[in-house]
This record gives sequence, structure tokens and C-alpha cells, in this order.
Amino acid sequence: MKYEILKLLSRNARSSAEEIATMLDITEAEVESAIAELEKDGLLRGYKAIVDWDKLDDAYVSAIVELNVVPKAGLGFEEVAKKIMAYREVESVYLMSGVYDLNVVVKGKTLQDIAWFVAKELATIDSVTSTTTHFVMRRYKEMDVDLITGNEDDRGQLFI
Amino acid sequence: MIDYSKVLNKTVTDIKPSGIRKFFDIANTMEGVISLGVGEPDFQTPWKIRKAGIESLERGKTKYTSNVGLSPLLNEISRYLERKFSVTYSPEDEILVTVGGSEAIDAAIRAVVSNGDEVIIPQPSYVCYEPMTRLAGGKPVIINTMAENDFKVTAEELKAAITNRTKILILPYPCNPTGAIMEYNDILELSKVLEGTNILVLSDEIYSELTFSGKPHTAVASVEGMRERTITVNGFSKAFSMTGWRLGYACGPKEIMSQILKIHQYAIMCAPTTSQHAAIEALKNCDDEVAVMLKEYNMRRRLIVKGFNKIGLECREPKGAFYAFPSIKSTGMTSEEFCEKLLYAKKVAVVPGTAFGESGEGFIRASYCYSTEHINEALKRIGEFVNEIKI
Repeated sequence: MKYEILKLLSRNARSSAEEIATMLDITEAEVESAIAELEKDGLLRGYKAIVDWDKLDDAYVSAIVELNVVPKAGLGFEEVAKKIMAYREVESVYLMSGVYDLNVVVKGKTLQDIAWFVAKELATIDSVTSTTTHFVMRRYKEMDVDLITGNEDDRGQLFI
Repeated sequence: MIDYSKVLNKTVTDIKPSGIRKFFDIANTMEGVISLGVGEPDFQTPWKIRKAGIESLERGKTKYTSNVGLSPLLNEISRYLERKFSVTYSPEDEILVTVGGSEAIDAAIRAVVSNGDEVIIPQPSYVCYEPMTRLAGGKPVIINTMAENDFKVTAEELKAAITNRTKILILPYPCNPTGAIMEYNDILELSKVLEGTNILVLSDEIYSELTFSGKPHTAVASVEGMRERTITVNGFSKAFSMTGWRLGYACGPKEIMSQILKIHQYAIMCAPTTSQHAAIEALKNCDDEVAVMLKEYNMRRRLIVKGFNKIGLECREPKGAFYAFPSIKSTGMTSEEFCEKLLYAKKVAVVPGTAFGESGEGFIRASYCYSTEHINEALKRIGEFVNEIKI
């Protein structure tokens, strides 16, 4: 049941306990206590808006930075990941399989900001051996939400 | 000058165009209308199915198929009906692939009914049975099913409707618009009434995948005594979200099917080839996709039913299809009045129950083939409307 609640919240974080309870055919109290538990256990980490930043004139830019890293004995990639996470410019950090190690999503006011941040901060970390920066040109889909097509319903002609 | 009224077939000209068409034409021209009117899924056809259609085009599979349909599709339909509903139909001579369930219904009625024969039609129900009966020269005999019987046909109602001209009983379950279903024992009671007669049953099971009682749908042909007299109609539109592909099928005893086939053969030739290729994939590999959609419908169903009851529009639990059918009697308005005023006052479009037969008076049909946000907004507006008219 917790899984179902998480799925509904990840689709719409503003769903009320009453609505979730109705949809899953359980009581509101059950929903509330499940959510409280999920928050306490750290499964439910936050409720954020999905924003189409491209629609703002002074929107921020973002880039995906691929890092190759020398892992530390006994600590693996965690030490460097923690160091990178601490920057407020960094939106997310993932350890990857494949040709590079860490995938870092970075945001900044301008391309220049990001370029400087990568050159001065990320590239200079001891265990980082190389960086490759890809700037995001346009967001088409963000957190399951289609940002380019509206909500038009192409049905509507046949009512019965 | 041709006097068209003298030229055209009187049976056709006597058929009333759907009265609510005008109403929805108005709705379509208004800005900011939010609709619970549409009777088709909001989900895209699952990608696997679309891909199978595309691949068949790439391979150049664009010719006619045999009249009955592609043989691998007939095999899959047979397997599907067996594993889902425990009914066995031979792909050799008991299944016909049609242009949607609609063609199957039309051809079945035409194959059985001749001048003056009676067709028993339970209402409220989908709008096609009555005109199709008339076009075949038959006489519709309406059973007005009752809310207190959960809109099922009872043995008594059936007995009262049967005459020596009765040829077909139509069973439109799971039911559009009421959401009613008929379970094994309900159908068994009807089977006992029909025992020993020559009356056939045309069972429109297009919503068979969409039941919410926790039990799978009961196919009429799976009920004792029914198989020999039943023509089962089903299709891909609702279950697999394939309305625009226009693909359905009819199954029944070969003596009946061979006659229906003649009508199909001369009127239609064969169902769309691309759709048939796509449908093979639907039946073979899409159980998970159907389950996901069903789960989604079920959540919306609970939301909309509770919403109507909270507003004060009593709504029974619809156990199948994807419609809620709340009563608006508490408002003192007729169904059409309610729908029209709701449209103008709050810009919400729902279908008056009377569109599905006189016995739909006092009800409205609200489809829940919409996102939860959409449903919530519509419910909010309907709630405001009901509150305002109380004053």
C-alpha cells in the first residue's frame, strides 16, 4: 500500500490524503500514518514543483557533467560524491556504469557560470581525472511531465 | 427537382438523429468547457501495439486479408477468450473479425432479424441497438432496467418481454452508461427463461476487460445453456485503448457465423489489415498494459463515485465499463435540463441519461476517462452548480 501511495504522490504531490484514500479504497487515517512513516523513514524526501524554467526569460541553464574519478580504497566513490554534492550549483549526483563514473547535473545563471564552476571546482578535485560538460539546450520532458505539448484532448467528437 | 423525401428509405428517414448531438455541438464551440462526456479511453494505444502496426506497414502488409480475418489473429482471439473467460470458440469457423464491435452488432442483427421480428433491448444502454434493429426491419422491444436492480435484466422482465415474434435478446453488459454488470447467477436465471426457445442472445461484451467487482467478467456464452444461442461481440477499442483502429469480432455457433460472414463479406470485405496485425500483439503481449489501465480506471472510479455522493447526487457503484451514472432526481430537474443548465452555468459537459433510452430519465452519464485533476475540477464545478440551484 505504501508503494501505491508513493506512486500517487510522485504523480501529484498535492494529492490530499482524502483523495488518495478514496482512490486506494483505504481510510484517510491510514494514508496519513503511512505518509508520516514514509517521511520518518526517509523514503519520502520532499514535495517539489515541476517547473518549466525555459519559459522564464532569466531562467537558469544546466549541464550534465561526466566525471572520471579514481576511487579511494575502502571508500569507493562516496567520498568524492559527498564533496561534489555539497556545492549548491549541483542538482544531482549519480554513480554510473559505463565509460565514466559520476554524472553531475549542474545549474547556473549563465553558460559562463557553469564553465567556470566545472573548471575551477570540479576539475580541480584531486581524484577527478577528467570532465566532459554537456549543456542542456532544451527540456522536453521533466519528471514524467511533457513540457512541449499542452493538455489538449484530441478526443471529443464522439460523445456516446 | 428531386423530392428527396420520396426517394429516401422511410425506415432510415424515420430514425431520429441523436438529439444530444446539437447539445454537444454547442459545448464544442464554447470556451473553457470541461467535459466528462467522452466515451473512449484517454490512454494512448500501448506502444507495443502501435509498433506492431507500424512494422506490418513496413513489411508491406497492406493487402486485403481473408474475409474472416488473419488466421493468426483468429487463433489469438480463440486463445484469449479461452484463457480470460473460459469460452471456447474454434478459429476455423466460429470467429469473425469485424470493423469494430459495431459492425459485428449490425451484421448479427441483420443475419437473424427479418420483417416484424422482435429484438429485446434493455435500456438505458448504448444507442445503436434500436436503430440497427429498425434498419433490419425488426421491432425493438424495450426492457427498462431499474436502478434498484442495479440495472440488470431480471428473469421476470425478460419473461414479460418475450412474444412469439422474439428473435434476439440483447445483453449489453458491462453496460454503457449504467456501469452495470451481470454475474453468473444473474445470467443463469435468464438462461432458464430462454431454455427450450429459439431465442438468440446477442451479448455485447466490449467492456469485458473493465470490471471492478474483483471477479473476472462472466461471458454469457460460458453460462450453462447459453453457448448454443449466443453471439458474442467484443473488440479492441475499450480494453486496449484502440478506438480509432476500428477492430472487433463476433463469435458464435458456426451455423450462425457462416451467415453473418456473408453480410460482412459483401458489405465490408475484411477488417483493416494494419489493425489486425496490431491486434495480434494486443492479445499476445499486453496483459500488463491492460492491468495498468484497469487499475487507473478503478482509482478514478472511486474518486468520481465518492465525489457525486458527496455533492448529494446519489451514485451507485458502477461495477464495469468506465462511466458513473448518478441520479439527479434530488435537483428536481429533468436530465436534459440539468445537463443544459450545467453546461451554461459551469461549463461542464455530461450526457443526459435519456440519450440512452427513456429509462435514463433522472440520471446523467459521466465518463471517468479523464485524469484525476480533470475529474476533480469537474466535480468541483458540478458541486457548485448543485449548491447554487438549491438556493
